[in-house]
Amino acid sequence: MAKKPKIAFFDFAGCEGDQLQIANLEETLLDVLGHVEIGEFREVRTGGKGPYDIAFVEGSITMPKDEERLKAIRAESKTLVALGACATIGGINCMKNFLGPGVYRPEVYGDRARWYETYDARPLRAVVPVDAEIHGCPIDRDEFLRVTKELLLGKKPWLPDYPVCVECKMAGNVCRYEFGELCLGIITRAGCKATCVTEGARCWGCRGLAPHANMDAARYVMEDRAGRSRLEVQDLMRMYLGYTSTTL
Amino acid sequence: MSAKKQSTAPAQKAPAPKAANAPAAPAAPVAKAKNVNVHHLTRVEGHGNIVVAIDKDGTVQTCRWEVPEAPRFFEAMLLGRSYTEVHQITSRICGICSIGHQLASLQATEDALGIRPSEQTVILRKLSLHGENLQSHLLHLGYLVLPDLLGVDSVIPLAKTHKKELTGLIALRRLSNEFCQTVCGRTTHPQRLIPGGMAKTPTVAELRELRQKLADSVDGLKGAAALFGAVKDKLPAFQRKTEYVGLVAHGEYALYWGQIGSTMDRRKPARFYRDITREYMVPQSTAKWSRNMMESYMVGALARFNLNHEHLSPLAAQVARDLGLVAPCHNPYYNNLAQLVECVHSTEDSIALIDALLTRGLRREFPAKITPRAGQGTGAVEVPRGILFHNYEYDDEGRIVQADCVIPTNQNHGNIQHDLDEMVPGLAALSEAEIELRTSMLVRAYDPCISCSTHCIDARGLEDDNPRGVIFVRA
Repeated sequence: MAKKPKIAFFDFAGCEGDQLQIANLEETLLDVLGHVEIGEFREVRTGGKGPYDIAFVEGSITMPKDEERLKAIRAESKTLVALGACATIGGINCMKNFLGPGVYRPEVYGDRARWYETYDARPLRAVVPVDAEIHGCPIDRDEFLRVTKELLLGKKPWLPDYPVCVECKMAGNVCRYEFGELCLGIITRAGCKATCVTEGARCWGCRGLAPHANMDAARYVMEDRAGRSRLEVQDLMRMYLGYTSTTL
Repeated sequence: MSAKKQSTAPAQKAPAPKAANAPAAPAAPVAKAKNVNVHHLTRVEGHGNIVVAIDKDGTVQTCRWEVPEAPRFFEAMLLGRSYTEVHQITSRICGICSIGHQLASLQATEDALGIRPSEQTVILRKLSLHGENLQSHLLHLGYLVLPDLLGVDSVIPLAKTHKKELTGLIALRRLSNEFCQTVCGRTTHPQRLIPGGMAKTPTVAELRELRQKLADSVDGLKGAAALFGAVKDKLPAFQRKTEYVGLVAHGEYALYWGQIGSTMDRRKPARFYRDITREYMVPQSTAKWSRNMMESYMVGALARFNLNHEHLSPLAAQVARDLGLVAPCHNPYYNNLAQLVECVHSTEDSIALIDALLTRGLRREFPAKITPRAGQGTGAVEVPRGILFHNYEYDDEGRIVQADCVIPTNQNHGNIQHDLDEMVPGLAALSEAEIELRTSMLVRAYDPCISCSTHCIDARGLEDDNPRGVIFVRA
């Protein structure tokens, strides 16, 4: 039998909820572990060294020092996978970028702000090339399993290129816009089975923009058709989609 | 990635003169100098370092608990956000305690906007808190602590050596995940909890099934208790007089609401939390520290047990007796055992809550109608790692003007340091590996959730009435 591929988990600024989803695989996790060798998984075990076949990296880059560490991980890894919204699209962490360091640093640390180093939050791909992305906040456990299997088989992982609305219709939900509420499902990449809408909330956009999302049409739907204010739309768009080139 | 590489700005100012405050070491003859440098402690959530240096005379030169986690500025990010999404943002403070953060956030919002959720909503929220408690405690005990007690580096080898015990724990944890899924709709960052009510409620059939599964899991919990009872001798017998802080409420083991209680201080309403937490900053940590009556205090399962043990469910009280856990307990390592006792309590109490819900009938309720108004509110919830406070001030459009989140692990950081200060001199005669294990186990016993503890708060107002200000831990 061929040597088992070595995988590793790393994290930057984030809630580690995505690694938690992997721990939540329970019995299935033990099956996966039968096919790989764990290089580093700080949340679960002690010890570990590179190089790695697959490195899963969670969290956003928020300090210049993070860049060094991420580049070192990149250099030691054949495949680098961004895990979860903070790593793939910058996620919640990017909300602070709109405030500017002059505001957010003193807000939290007062006049001691200079003790602590930080800069605008950004996703992994802003610093190093990323080979695959597992979207979501938190990630979908089934999608993690599928992507990991595809990577272990040497295939390029497949990602849905259609918006959440497709899966939401399949789930049989009533459209949020029918209730006069905002929802980002119209422009967000699918793959989550529209779980937030199914559970009574709205789509927050945690999986990033779907390819070729029509932002003009989205703005028309949200502001002119649903009649929500510019500020409400902006709030929602800036929650997860802060690190995009589209005007927010 | 080199494990030895230092990567923290404030933390790098070594060596700290902390040892000067530490009690003098017993002059144990030690052959050579010892250095323990645990960079990025494993099997905890987030990044923390333990640095211990003992010279060849057995004197402790350095003994430090460092938190270099990247700060995330949640309080700043909340500025200007609407009350409809604040709980979803704060949920992302921590993956493990996402439910607790949402509940504290909702309480603060409801307090500020003058909303009272229905009784059914309160029961469902209490259930979700129990679910999270089970999720978190079982993860900590089974995956993070048990390897230390059985002398291995992770849970993975246990799949071969202790298959039966491990599958038992995994089954319990899977149930806790199903529990949260049933009540809140998702195990992490749930979507059903909203201001004023629930966006969706579980069905009667789902609740009946959950109740049955919980009742069936009691045997598994007893098995887990027996397992930990058999290896609890591995927990070091270390004691230090400590102040314990947690919620207390009339007639219940307070988790969802109550007043702030302390083993050394008077009870206070939650809105006066700043009198207790009194946060201050130290350069070795991006997280803030707290102190009340003593130099530091402890929150968490052990604090709750010490304050509320009379209200434990019958089986939980029995398990506590079997494990030899007696209040007041001053051994921080026994926090692990207190967590196990709480797992039993949460299971039993959840069964009772589901019964109450089914007896009174599950109603289709619409969330309370909310009219934004200016106001300030506080939420205090016991999350797995201890008492959590959220405090918001809203403007008249329902947007945040000021936000403050005080996280349990933050309140524990100072206590971890003081425990280390007291314990390390007594370890001078041991080998480096043994010191590393003992200190790591101590930190793990607190179940620190460092990634959330670093989202610190606005301390400008606090510094003025905090005469001692900031402790400088620089050489």
